[in-house]
Amino acid sequence: MQAMMIARAKELLESGAVDRVLGWKTGEFVYDVTPAVFTSAEELDAGFVYDEFCGPNLSKYLISESRKGGKVLAFLKPCDTYSFNQLLKEHRILRENVYVIGVACEGKTDGEMLKAAGIKGITGIRSEGGSLVADTLYGEKTVKKADVLHERCLCCKSKKHVVYDELIGEEGEPDPGCGRFDMVEKIEAMTADERFAFWRGELSRCIRCNACRNVCPACSCEKCVFDNDASGIAQKAAADDFEENMFHIIRAFHVAGRCTDCGECSRVCPQHIPLHLLNRKFIHDINRFYGEYQAGEDTDSRAPLNTYSTGDVEPSIVYEKGGNR
Amino acid sequence: MQVNESAKQFKPTIVAFCCNWCSYAGADLAGTNRLNYPADVKIIRVPCSCRVNPMFILRAFQRGADGVILCGCHPGDCHYTTGNYYARRRMTLLFSMLDYLGIEKERTRVEWVSAAEGAKFAATMNEFVETIVRLGENKRLGDLRCKQ
Amino acid sequence: MQKLSLEKLGGFFAAIAEKAALYLPVDNAAGQAQYQRWSEGAVLSSALNTVRSAKDFFFPQTENLVDFKLKGKTIEITDPRTEQEDFVVFGVRACDARSFSILDKVFLADPVDGYYKARREHGTIVTLACTEPEETCFCQSFGIDPAEPAGDVSCWKTGTDLFLRANTEKGEALLSSLSALLEEADEAPVRAQQEATREILKKLPLAAFTTESFGGDVLKKVFDSEKWAELSQSCLGCGTCTFVCPTCQCYDIRDFDTGHGVRRFRCWDSCMYSDFTRMAHGNPRLTQKERFRQRFMHKLVYFPANNNGEYGCVGCGRCLAKCPIHMNIVKVAKTLEGELK
Repeated sequence: MQAMMIARAKELLESGAVDRVLGWKTGEFVYDVTPAVFTSAEELDAGFVYDEFCGPNLSKYLISESRKGGKVLAFLKPCDTYSFNQLLKEHRILRENVYVIGVACEGKTDGEMLKAAGIKGITGIRSEGGSLVADTLYGEKTVKKADVLHERCLCCKSKKHVVYDELIGEEGEPDPGCGRFDMVEKIEAMTADERFAFWRGELSRCIRCNACRNVCPACSCEKCVFDNDASGIAQKAAADDFEENMFHIIRAFHVAGRCTDCGECSRVCPQHIPLHLLNRKFIHDINRFYGEYQAGEDTDSRAPLNTYSTGDVEPSIVYEKGGNR
Repeated sequence: MQVNESAKQFKPTIVAFCCNWCSYAGADLAGTNRLNYPADVKIIRVPCSCRVNPMFILRAFQRGADGVILCGCHPGDCHYTTGNYYARRRMTLLFSMLDYLGIEKERTRVEWVSAAEGAKFAATMNEFVETIVRLGENKRLGDLRCKQ
Repeated sequence: MQKLSLEKLGGFFAAIAEKAALYLPVDNAAGQAQYQRWSEGAVLSSALNTVRSAKDFFFPQTENLVDFKLKGKTIEITDPRTEQEDFVVFGVRACDARSFSILDKVFLADPVDGYYKARREHGTIVTLACTEPEETCFCQSFGIDPAEPAGDVSCWKTGTDLFLRANTEKGEALLSSLSALLEEADEAPVRAQQEATREILKKLPLAAFTTESFGGDVLKKVFDSEKWAELSQSCLGCGTCTFVCPTCQCYDIRDFDTGHGVRRFRCWDSCMYSDFTRMAHGNPRLTQKERFRQRFMHKLVYFPANNNGEYGCVGCGRCLAKCPIHMNIVKVAKTLEGELK
């Protein structure tokens, strides 16, 4: 797969169809890939990689890349294409300056997931069928890929590329039964006290590093309300519980209906807070109250919060559904 | 029906966002008809219920509110035609999220009150204040720095 | 050298906690280590290091500086500090221990930061030697020996015992207050553990990493390098690296209107943020490239130039592990080294 991608990228560069390539670059250890722009065949040969560690969603970089002149080739995984579409809908990416090649994906992982599985001191990793074999300072360790994939990959909502100029690999299908709302429903079934305790426990670890906001393709405001002193809610650090809650409630609300559930927010959180559970709660509510909606599936439907129906549910529905008192 | 004004009783702070055209006029009507509702309710007049940003709700709780209620025109009768439809969606999702975080759901409410419904306004406020008194002080979504 | 059987570790912590607030790395709900206040039953984490560094104890993420209240035409000014209680931080690794000397150079230089100084004076650092360094470790590159950590008291944990050695007066005081629990020990097991650790250190992927090329008069060359554009390309400007870093020390001072007064507080800031060095006239660092460059120039060039060659990095590896797009000081230094040859 990697070889096919590099070859195709070289062809397109050679022919002048594109003048740069947005992909992933290899790092010090096998798992630390960085999104990068390649401008020549030599650079591609030297550093381009596509493997289980290419988790970063490249679509957000296209906001600025598509405005730098010329044409950029972008390799997008299925989940990345939803973000790409959503950004097209919001006129953030200039479509004519991007050549999209959809690439198939079997799920991604990263160094943090390996460490959580107890693999440390990694000096090398190789893929062997459905497993990853790591050479470490403390002996060779093998782990099944399925056991270290990101949470978002375990309940992958769709292997279909919703937008592309060409495809490498097989076209996939959406998976409505992936169970991505299971944890949301589990939390909804808790009592309010349990929910409060759960979220206080999770959100109290937040260090306001803003990785979730900065990596999110839906969070592309040129001046975020939290960085804007004139907004009245600018904050660099959460001074107390309220501010911790506020940042996450407001961020999730601002992307509600536009979040494509790419899972980047949870992947990047250094404190492993399951932020996707906040975004998925909004998506689940939107699905139940206003009809099934997947952000990024197309480029012409209106986002749920940008539209209405005269027969919408009343807010009092919140009293009727949800967990026990 | 008046909330007991005895010193020991918890006196809640309620913030009511009222849209200028319907619910604020409804509140005025309650006043001119001498219908009682508690003074704990602080009304903030907005041009339309959809002017209310989720941040306003959170800020009200931060600054000491124990309950927040949003009043607007009846859906279909918005002075600006469609404002309250958007507000309805927004508030439904926001209140559902607050509930998800464990904030007591009875602390937030939306009520559609028209300019002619002075009685409904008063009744709603009385009911809401009673609910909040029963729930007690807002501890989960408050900000200790803002406490006196 | 003194020692204590690991079976008695709980009692040891309880004894310390009687006289001072004790903090130690504990596994949290997400399975990562974080410093928590000790309470009965707390278990010392076996993780290599915490996510948040120990700088939190001396330079907390938010700290109230002063409160203002308007009373008629006068402003009442209150110092919100309460009596600083004594505290002990147990389990600090060699890298974090070195970071304190870097932070001291900033906060204890004239004019002295009273808030930081008070915490420093009341804190006792008990370090714990590393035995299983990971691939992200490169403290050796900065002259730090993880098998011989600094601190008021240094500890080594073997399979059966905890060995302790006081290095400073504060350390002596702490150990003598616990003398009933400790016994004299032979240093041999400690030496053996140190040897084993040093063998592993030689095999670390970053063992050969060095910042030597940054010594000397390289400022202009490094600053003008064209490599910064590609290095900073995918930086999200999030600030994760600065917040997990044990030596980063930028802060912002903000006022919060409480509704009945103003609370002035300081909070961590990041040079990665878009308002870094924004001034009334504008901002000299307009794009992420300039901000990104400034962070690494600070750590590799400016700080050592102003501090007798001491680099602004301790090789803890947190930025390697936590950056969302895996950019870090090692990649930057290696890329720029080429320019300096």
